[in-house]
Amino acid sequence: MISFRYKLFLLVTLSAAFLSYSALLYFADSKETQPANALAQKGKMLWQQKNCTACHQLYGLGGHLGPDLTNVYATRTEEHITTYLKYGSPVMPDYNLSAEEQTALLEFLKYVNTTGVAHPASFLKHTNGTISQP
Amino acid sequence: MEQYHNHNTKHTASFIIAGLFLLLAALLFGLAAASEYAFPGLWRNTFSFEKLRPLHVSSAVFWIILAAMGSVLSFLQQHREEKLKYGFLVKWQFFMFLFSFTAILISYCFGIFGGREYWEFHPVFSVFIAAGWGIFMIVFLSNVKTLKQQPVYVWMWFTGVLFFLFTYIESNLWLIPALRNDLIKDMTVQWKSYGSMVGSWNMLIYGSSVFLMDKIAGNKKYSFSTIAFALYFLGLFNLMFNWGHHIYTLPTQPYVKHIGYAVSMTELFIFGRIIYLWRSSLSTARKNFHIIPFKFLAAADAWIFLTLGLAIAMSVPALNVYMHGTHTVVAHTMGATIGINSMLLLAFAYDIIPQTNAFKKQINRGYLLLNSSLAVFWLTLIIAGFIKSYRQFTEPQFAYGDMMKSLHPWFYVFFISGCFLAAAFFMVILPLFKGLKRG
Ligand code: HEC
Repeated sequence: MISFRYKLFLLVTLSAAFLSYSALLYFADSKETQPANALAQKGKMLWQQKNCTACHQLYGLGGHLGPDLTNVYATRTEEHITTYLKYGSPVMPDYNLSAEEQTALLEFLKYVNTTGVAHPASFLKHTNGTISQP
Repeated sequence: MEQYHNHNTKHTASFIIAGLFLLLAALLFGLAAASEYAFPGLWRNTFSFEKLRPLHVSSAVFWIILAAMGSVLSFLQQHREEKLKYGFLVKWQFFMFLFSFTAILISYCFGIFGGREYWEFHPVFSVFIAAGWGIFMIVFLSNVKTLKQQPVYVWMWFTGVLFFLFTYIESNLWLIPALRNDLIKDMTVQWKSYGSMVGSWNMLIYGSSVFLMDKIAGNKKYSFSTIAFALYFLGLFNLMFNWGHHIYTLPTQPYVKHIGYAVSMTELFIFGRIIYLWRSSLSTARKNFHIIPFKFLAAADAWIFLTLGLAIAMSVPALNVYMHGTHTVVAHTMGATIGINSMLLLAFAYDIIPQTNAFKKQINRGYLLLNSSLAVFWLTLIIAGFIKSYRQFTEPQFAYGDMMKSLHPWFYVFFISGCFLAAAFFMVILPLFKGLKRG
């Protein structure tokens, strides 16, 4: 049987490591990307309030009914995106978004596109099992 | 099996009962949501998917949380062999959760969202949930004054109670603009909290399952053993550090992924141990299979094996890219929440709510149907995931609508097996409600 003191030591050490790791992540800068501008920030809140995540993914995280939109700004025209925002699709609801809201969402998708590439086929795979962005 | 019930289990059983109602809700909303895959656009103009999905997901998560809390409170009483201290607080805890869960489900119907995946409700409700959990923590800590000479399940409950609150608060950090306006950091912290949060409620549930196993075995040899504590610490280590495996494709700090990858591989030890022990597990299963709670524990064991195998494969980044963002991940989630969590919670429910032999046949049939339909459901999602992945890798500019069309036959199977799954749940839940009436 492991002694109580040893168990307590393990619990405390692990917890301290966990808390340090957490703090590191809260305060570390992910320097590679610019933070979103005011309009994109508004777009992000709309993205959440309308629960677009229920159907769409960013970086492969989210729903499965619609496509991943991380790089939609790079692969589609603004008109194409706005058409969906305006009317939806046979599956995507028409949210009756105002012109302002449409612009904010478009700006958000534009910002998301600057943060990285999500297409799974774009990753380089290494023999030790890790992957990296090209 | 000795059936230990004391006079106070009644109001802890209410957590299980309310949880079962939420499970029924989760099944109904789940079927409605799944029908949107089989018949695209079915609910578009009436009750669209952005409402159905959170209704389904939150009901399921709330079932797990309520029943997990109920099991801890009930088993804690049995462990202490006396009435819980601060019983009145337990009532407050119950009503706090019941109120917030009901209000959240109603708010979804009106299209009010906070819009975070899995916790889609408006952040106002977070306050009530955190407060309810705070009460749970007070009740728990005042009934477990020390960890000294406690069995492993008390350590597990203790960890689950504390870490859930921490990770839950962490999942709300997006309310701070500086954090949420940096998308990559926002998503990193979001998935950090989710990964550890699931680990936390698993600590509660696995703790209860160790308790129940000991109760069935009639001794506490296992829960004081070195291996039990070694596995507990391995689980805790993973709870804290393995979550990076959710976000391998996110351009966050590279060390997040390396730590996630390395730590996740330690789960191979657990996987190996299951294989190593399968023979003795099988003979224990044969001996106890007539006991209803044990049946569900045994089913959970099988699902742990399958789900863990899939999880370990997904935790290798170079394999993860083929599965991430596809239905294979959904299969994994369903294996974990239905195959493991719900099976274990049903085992606890059958232990906490007294049963006669009247429904034995129905429970047995339901049990078989539950596991076989879940197997079909699970496999279908994996197949759909593979097809999506194949198309993503072979046709870089594939049309999403086309891909969904090619998945269509599998979505039918998914929907139909989902119907059987829901029916099976009904069959195994109904006797619990009837048992309650008698009790
Ligand atoms: C009910 C599910 C659902 C919801 C909710 C939803 N969408 Fe969609 N969305 C879809 C589907 C399905 C498509 C069409 C996919 C196809 O056929 O190519 C789509 C397409 C799009 C497209 C075009 C993508 C492309 O590559 O052509 C954009 C942009 C978009 N949605 C944005 C949004 C935004 C922003 C929200 C939230 C305000 C949202 N969607 C909410 C289902 C949904």
